[in-house]
Amino acid sequence: METLNFDYPASQPVSRRAHVGVVGSGDLEVLLEPSPDQQAHITVRTSADGFGEVWEAVLDRFFARNDLAAAVEINDSGATPGTVALRLAQAVEESQS
Amino acid sequence: MTAPARPKTRFTELSARERAAALLDPGTFRELIGPFERLESPHLEPQGVVPACDDGVVVARGDLDGERAVVLAVEGLFQGGGIGEVSGAKIAGALELALRDAERGHPIRPVLLLETGGIRLQEANLGLLAIAEIHAAIVALRSHAPVVGVVAGTVGCFGGMAIAVGLCSHVVMTREGRLGLNGPQVIEQEAGVAELDSDDRRLVWEAIGGEQRVATGVADTLVADDVAAIAGAVRTAFEAGPPAEHLSTQVERYEARLAEMDASESLDGPTLRALWRDEGEGR
Repeated sequence: METLNFDYPASQPVSRRAHVGVVGSGDLEVLLEPSPDQQAHITVRTSADGFGEVWEAVLDRFFARNDLAAAVEINDSGATPGTVALRLAQAVEESQS
Repeated sequence: MTAPARPKTRFTELSARERAAALLDPGTFRELIGPFERLESPHLEPQGVVPACDDGVVVARGDLDGERAVVLAVEGLFQGGGIGEVSGAKIAGALELALRDAERGHPIRPVLLLETGGIRLQEANLGLLAIAEIHAAIVALRSHAPVVGVVAGTVGCFGGMAIAVGLCSHVVMTREGRLGLNGPQVIEQEAGVAELDSDDRRLVWEAIGGEQRVATGVADTLVADDVAAIAGAVRTAFEAGPPAEHLSTQVERYEARLAEMDASESLDGPTLRALWRDEGEGR
């Protein structure tokens, strides 16, 4: 298991918190909440060690496209980058609904 | 572009949270100790296992046919639904609160949605202790209100939580669901493939599948893997009220049953069903 942290500059506040997904094989859960400052803070706990660069690429791309001052916690059980991106999009959609 | 998704009607396709919400009267689902409380297991991360923010158990309040209800749903996808210190305490605590409500004259309808291999091995004795508390709470609560257990699949229900099912007033299963003290893989690992080939699906389901368990009186209602069918069966169980005699109090009857059997001969599912056919007629 490995814990990773990422920060991105952000300006758009998040109105509602959202929880999606399950910590089951090949899946992950995402907890998305308003950030206390003008930044996005992401904490990843993943069962698969050694994929820090892949997480960085997935999150760089997501937060380049989504300006969100969000505190995001991810509990991952070996999800693929595609699944991670979909769960993040789902969490954002839920927080805006 | 965005075609509406086909509504899910299969119960086993739903997460624990979705199952609890689907079971309760529409719009009444309210979660206690939800994901953002972050009441996760303190034992997993030190052992290199990623925790879940709800420790794999959903505690939901709401209504069933307008009556106050509490639903405890285990998430089978997280650690095989294994019961640890926190997830077990969530179930036991909710049942104990339901007991207090019932004792004060506030009727309550407790439901357990169980997908679990039993104890979470990483938490060993703490999980065992929690399951003992769950057993005690079910026995205390069932004298006030029927306690309904549902084993829909796809994990099934094993170990100490299978005993919890045995203590329930009414048990609903699907054909997909399995119920047994030891799971097939555990039996094969401990006693060898000659004792049980856990890959033999027919053999396994004939022994511990929902159809067999209902036919032999270990479970009460066999339903399709369908949200409406399961929601209906749970409501019907509460309407029927508590059984005349709970299964777990019929000790002499089952001891006599066991005494009749010849342990030197191999017993398979269909043979047991023929022997215990009358059991399926209700308790």
